[in-house]
Amino acid sequence: MDVRRLNWPLWAGFLLTLIGAFSYIAVFIWFPITRDFPWVNLLLFLVAAILLWKGVRRGFARDRVHPTRSKILTSIFTTLSVLIIALFLLSYFVFARLLPPSTGAPQVGQKVPEFTLPDSTARQVSLNELLTAPIDGKAPKGVLLIFYRGYW
Amino acid sequence: MAISVDSPEVSRNLMQQAGYTFPFLSDQKTEVIRRYDLLHAGAGENGTDIARPAELLVDKTGTVRWINLTENYFVRARPEDVLDKANLLE
Repeated sequence: MDVRRLNWPLWAGFLLTLIGAFSYIAVFIWFPITRDFPWVNLLLFLVAAILLWKGVRRGFARDRVHPTRSKILTSIFTTLSVLIIALFLLSYFVFARLLPPSTGAPQVGQKVPEFTLPDSTARQVSLNELLTAPIDGKAPKGVLLIFYRGYW
Repeated sequence: MAISVDSPEVSRNLMQQAGYTFPFLSDQKTEVIRRYDLLHAGAGENGTDIARPAELLVDKTGTVRWINLTENYFVRARPEDVLDKANLLE
């Protein structure tokens, strides 16, 4: 295929958009420095946007061999890329922040409510037991309660 | 120890896959989650109620020494920071 005819910036931009979006879950979420703020992904989106802009200019150029087809393809993939980037940004900067205020949660200095819940073997475990049952023969200094969303 | 609305079976799978050895407790009716005001209503699959992420460091008298309520559920407490706080317990 004649390289001059292939609108490579459009395809490269689209590919980079996909990589930018999926790499967060696939790769960067495992490292705190790239999970806490998705700077690598934003960088990839920036490069993708530049490529897509070049792709649009090329796709809508008058000297395309198939001008109508070029315009349609360019429009579709640019729009798709914009939607993917928008979804990523929304997910990270908006949806992930939609958390309840939890103002009634125990504050530093307060006693936590006692509870008893089943563990992974369905055995009932109380907070008191976790705070007092010896670990390696020594009394625990405390316990870390990690509440998480579940559904892993 | 970890608390969520996951059932004991789901927690067991997770523990096996990830190699966790600490206790995983199941609060399927969100009773404890509500008592701690950590409920995130309708945020789970199919609109079920789940917990919002939170870490509480409790000392042997049952008193909260540190609590982390993240503003973004992608951002969690880093292990080194938690260990630093835990090492301050007497």
